[in-house]
Amino acid sequence: MRSGDTRRWLRSVAGIFLKDLRSELRTRYAVSALVMFVVTTIAIIMFSLGQEAAPAEVLSGMLWVVIFFGAMSGLSRTFVMEEERGTAMTLQLLTPPSAVYFGKLLFNIVLVVALNVFTVLLYLFLINGFVIRSADVFVLTIVFGSLGFASAATVIAAIIARANTKGTLYPVLSFPILLPLLITVIDATKSATEGVPLAEAGGVFQFLISYIVVLTTLSYLLFEYIWKD
Amino acid sequence: MALRITLGILLTLVLCAGIGFPLSQNPQHWYELPVIPGLEEKARLIFFHVPTAWLSVIAFLTGMVFSVRYLRRRDPMDDLRSSAAAGLGFMFCILATLTGAIWAKFNWGSFWNWDPRETSIFVLLLIYGAYFSLRSAIENQEKRSTLSAVYSILAAITVPFFIFILPRITSGLHPGSKGDPDGAGPVVQFQMSPNMRVIFFTSLFAFTLLFIWMFQLRVRAGKLEMDRDPQQAS
Repeated sequence: MRSGDTRRWLRSVAGIFLKDLRSELRTRYAVSALVMFVVTTIAIIMFSLGQEAAPAEVLSGMLWVVIFFGAMSGLSRTFVMEEERGTAMTLQLLTPPSAVYFGKLLFNIVLVVALNVFTVLLYLFLINGFVIRSADVFVLTIVFGSLGFASAATVIAAIIARANTKGTLYPVLSFPILLPLLITVIDATKSATEGVPLAEAGGVFQFLISYIVVLTTLSYLLFEYIWKD
Repeated sequence: MALRITLGILLTLVLCAGIGFPLSQNPQHWYELPVIPGLEEKARLIFFHVPTAWLSVIAFLTGMVFSVRYLRRRDPMDDLRSSAAAGLGFMFCILATLTGAIWAKFNWGSFWNWDPRETSIFVLLLIYGAYFSLRSAIENQEKRSTLSAVYSILAAITVPFFIFILPRITSGLHPGSKGDPDGAGPVVQFQMSPNMRVIFFTSLFAFTLLFIWMFQLRVRAGKLEMDRDPQQAS
């Protein structure tokens, strides 16, 4: 690739990212749906717990249940929107598939990081007994967990949008792909509540990084087949 | 024809030997199997459970290879082969799960306890389920073939995480997990006597032949269906 091409490719990526961000900021469709979703789910958890003090393992699992279903209700939006508005064809003509993929991936990363920060803050405030003892492990888990969620969920969202099923299949298709990630982050969150130092929890992050790299590379390679008619 | 005859003979031998050979405290004859402490008669399951689990993984990989071929050559036959392999894999996966669960009830005391290997076979079941629900959701044949091929490749990439990595970082009950004195690894190290080993590997081989035979049958049936009605065939 010549440097002019690279620059043009980067401009397409940024263009798609900014377009999605702007359209999200105008309609606030995904953000408002996600915020309401997280608030509702945490309220249900609080009602079902009542005054009981649940052990930290249960609470760290529940946190990721909220995040998983929250992500599943919002992350397919970027691709489904293109199909609904009929703009997918125009994008196919104007930009290379890889630029579309990375633009959407960036947007989903921003969305999922925002969602997770909001969820975690709310969770820490509202749920009694969920106390983080090693903050560095917890922050890294949330960051890498969000990146992993975005990298797996973006490519599945593209499949879903193409299949015209509007999200009913989304959690079904994503769950087996996300499960290695979920098991690891739940485990890491548990270690964070127990106060395990960062040096001991290091293996978890190696696992998460390899997961993210593998899935992003594979999505990049396969995206062209999903996207092109 | 030769395939069917070999298959019939081998499977009959494996069934007779696996179920019929008596256990003995110190084996004197070639047909006596040793008693493994803690397992006793339940050890016989290895001749049937492991091959079904093995086939569900082999079928999955076969499906993935044909998916890759489909994406490169766009030949509807490759899609047919890929979905035929997935269908067989799903069946063997259910068999492995059920036989394993029944065995676990008598050996570990409950049908299901989220041992890492139980988790990985459960995920394999979920992947197959998701694959078939994706296929049934799409009307257009070409779209269905492409999207399900992409999904099966994506899903195949997560399998190594389950088979090689997770069993090592979490401890479990299944032979071959972390904490097992014989070592943790993708391939379970069994302490088998030579005659058990012969039955075991014959069984693996016979089940693989069974898979090949069923696979050919399904592909032929699928092709007939496709020729009759190109739009309807899945």
